[in-house]
Amino acid sequence: MSHKGITLYLHVHQPWRIRDYSIFDAAQRHDYFDDESSTDRNNQAVFLKVAEKSYRPMNRLLRRLLDEQPDFRFSLSITGTFIDQAKRFAPDVIADFKALVDTGRVEIVGETYHHSLAFFYSREEFERQVSQHADLIQATFGVTPTSFRNTELAYNDELAQWADSRGYKAILSEGWDPILEWRSPNHLYRPAGTSDIALLTKNYRLSDDLAFRFGNKSWKEWPLHVGTYEHWLGASLAHGDTVNLFMDYETFGEHQWVDTGIFEFFHDFVSRWAEREDRRFYTVTQAAETFAAAGELSMPHTVTWADSERDLTAWLGNSMQQEALRYLYALEDDVIRSKDQRLIADWRQMQTSDHVYYMCTKWFRDGDVHAYFSPYDSPYDAFLFFMNALRDMRFRLMHYHSSSNGGF
Amino acid sequence: MNILMLGWELPPHNSGGLGVACFHMSKALALAGSSIDFVLPYSAYHPNTGFMKIHAATTLSPLHRNGMGAYDSASAITDALHRKPGETLTNIRDVQARYVSFVEELVSGNAPDAIHAHDWLTIEAGIKAKEVTGAPLIVHVHATEFDRSGQNFGNPLVHEIEEQGLLMADRIIAVSNITKSIIVHRYKIPADKVEVVHNGFDASVMEPHTYDDRTYAYLEHLKTEGYTVATTITRFTVQKGLIHMMKAAARALERYDKLVFLFAGDGEQRDELMRLSADLGISDKVFFTGFIRGQRWRDAYTVADIFVMSSVSEPFGLTALEAAHHDNALIITKQSGVGEVLSSIFRYDFWDIDRLADQLIAIAASKALKDELTYGVKREYARLTWADVAQRCLSLYSGAARKVAA
Repeated sequence: MSHKGITLYLHVHQPWRIRDYSIFDAAQRHDYFDDESSTDRNNQAVFLKVAEKSYRPMNRLLRRLLDEQPDFRFSLSITGTFIDQAKRFAPDVIADFKALVDTGRVEIVGETYHHSLAFFYSREEFERQVSQHADLIQATFGVTPTSFRNTELAYNDELAQWADSRGYKAILSEGWDPILEWRSPNHLYRPAGTSDIALLTKNYRLSDDLAFRFGNKSWKEWPLHVGTYEHWLGASLAHGDTVNLFMDYETFGEHQWVDTGIFEFFHDFVSRWAEREDRRFYTVTQAAETFAAAGELSMPHTVTWADSERDLTAWLGNSMQQEALRYLYALEDDVIRSKDQRLIADWRQMQTSDHVYYMCTKWFRDGDVHAYFSPYDSPYDAFLFFMNALRDMRFRLMHYHSSSNGGF
Repeated sequence: MNILMLGWELPPHNSGGLGVACFHMSKALALAGSSIDFVLPYSAYHPNTGFMKIHAATTLSPLHRNGMGAYDSASAITDALHRKPGETLTNIRDVQARYVSFVEELVSGNAPDAIHAHDWLTIEAGIKAKEVTGAPLIVHVHATEFDRSGQNFGNPLVHEIEEQGLLMADRIIAVSNITKSIIVHRYKIPADKVEVVHNGFDASVMEPHTYDDRTYAYLEHLKTEGYTVATTITRFTVQKGLIHMMKAAARALERYDKLVFLFAGDGEQRDELMRLSADLGISDKVFFTGFIRGQRWRDAYTVADIFVMSSVSEPFGLTALEAAHHDNALIITKQSGVGEVLSSIFRYDFWDIDRLADQLIAIAASKALKDELTYGVKREYARLTWADVAQRCLSLYSGAARKVAA
């Protein structure tokens, strides 16, 4: 009988934010992502800031824990856009990640290179991005992903069936109550219509205690003690095999600042868990190989890890967002046929889901201005710059094809 | 609570947003149980004002209360500050002097619980009423002389009156954070004395309107050909930033030709704007209506797709909400207070011609964007109620009264 444990998975991503790209830039210059201003559109400045607050200190801590605790292990997903930025802005960060992976106890989870929603728009493009990502992970870290997560954990049965057919051993989703009903997120499941792949569902309560609530002084459990958290994990594990703690890597140092004590907490918590005889850490694929599925689980409709709705409305909830992606994917054939590598790369960077997330307006309804982080003054500005860049891409396409995709 | 409300105009005899704001604020205060004495500098009939008692400080007709508009203080003031009442009322200072002495008499032996004075026009009367009764003085700033004069300094006498009133006031209400910031930084008033209370908006008072598509028949025709109509409905003064807007229009037309611009209104800059449109080579895309009211005024909002508030300095900007009520997408300068209470809008710095051009094109080129802006802003202005404004005023009155008593 295998020991119960924790499957810790951290997501690492940075988008290429579009600068204040004006209609007067369109057809003149194609530098959509090169912002040198002092705003949060300056990708280099943002990257260096987060590197200092989160990537470097957290990598140091993870390295130390791997050294101290031979049983500590975890999983990462690192997007292609992140790796590209790190290589350009802070190569030491990549070297640090490489050192973690080299211990053999850190698994890299597969995904789309560009953190895109391509699965919902073009299966062909989606597959190209997944294999482009796998190639980059192999080239950078010397490993090939055996598990899969889709952007924003956007998951449905069809995705699981695709991943199963491609030989992935495990896939990740939100452990959302309306889907799980009486079931525990701590079991593994067999996605509907698959034969081999295992589904790991996020234990969002215990994950969000760290990712969202940890430093919140008005939270009734603040300040959270390691002993308390350990107790909650133990209680949760009365059912199932593994508590799946899924969160953004930037939880450590960026969402929860260093002065909340998050780093010390994490160190103590991991050390105590690793020293227990009856408890383990698992990587995603190891968990899939260790535990049996408790039953079949079906999610015909797409579920994500975002908002109280756990759907795609933060990315596709309004007509601007839908229009932006519809126009973008309408360029697919022309862009690919152009064989213009620069243009293809730009087109893919435009697919990063963050761009449409910045156009989200649903928080206006409750006046909760702080609910959504965006580098732009408003969702409308985000749409404006995106559409101007899109127009420029249409202009560039005219060099290759006689007819453009119509419209202004 | 008995409130002495010192105003300068009420609808329908108003030349701008001041009268509208005073009307709704008083009505909401009356609904909340207050009794209101409202002093005006002229005599006229005001429909639907039975909820308060209106006092006319002079027998002048509404047209003669200033010898000029309430907002145009810059040009014609001779100092008649201490001129004796009873002399001929030839200019605004004479009228103000008469207004002060009327108020003095009104409050003698009949002290209100609070004195609420609106803008420089009635500040002196407010100070006098406070002097006589000891009741707390609340000065409500709808616009300062800095706003009225664009980026120029404006009339020093008006500045002095404003400064004195802001010093003497027990509490100050600013209609936006922008206005508060002017009060704090340019008049050196401590920030904690100034409370921001944004105006409300009551769409139900905009009478039902039947659009007449013949009013702007030519524009209607252009719309059927795919043109987008951007409009500004305002006074053509430096404060409104229309020179920048005209340049932005030309800039937008460089990239997108199915745009036309409706400049509705009149003012000292009209000729300059017409010349500029010709100099820029876009006069066929710019329409001047002259001063409009009634049907033509409402139709101008209706025919428009986009409303631009290009002000260099706009304390609030009620017209933006009127435009939103008529299904316009809004583009508002960051220097306009109304932008502080709306999210579904584009904002730009008044001098940023390229950004405005960009935003105009973006809306013209995307129905999705226009719809998001149009429907979004309707949800937002519905939350701006005068009842909330009245509650904020009442708690300010009580707070100021406690302070005066202490």
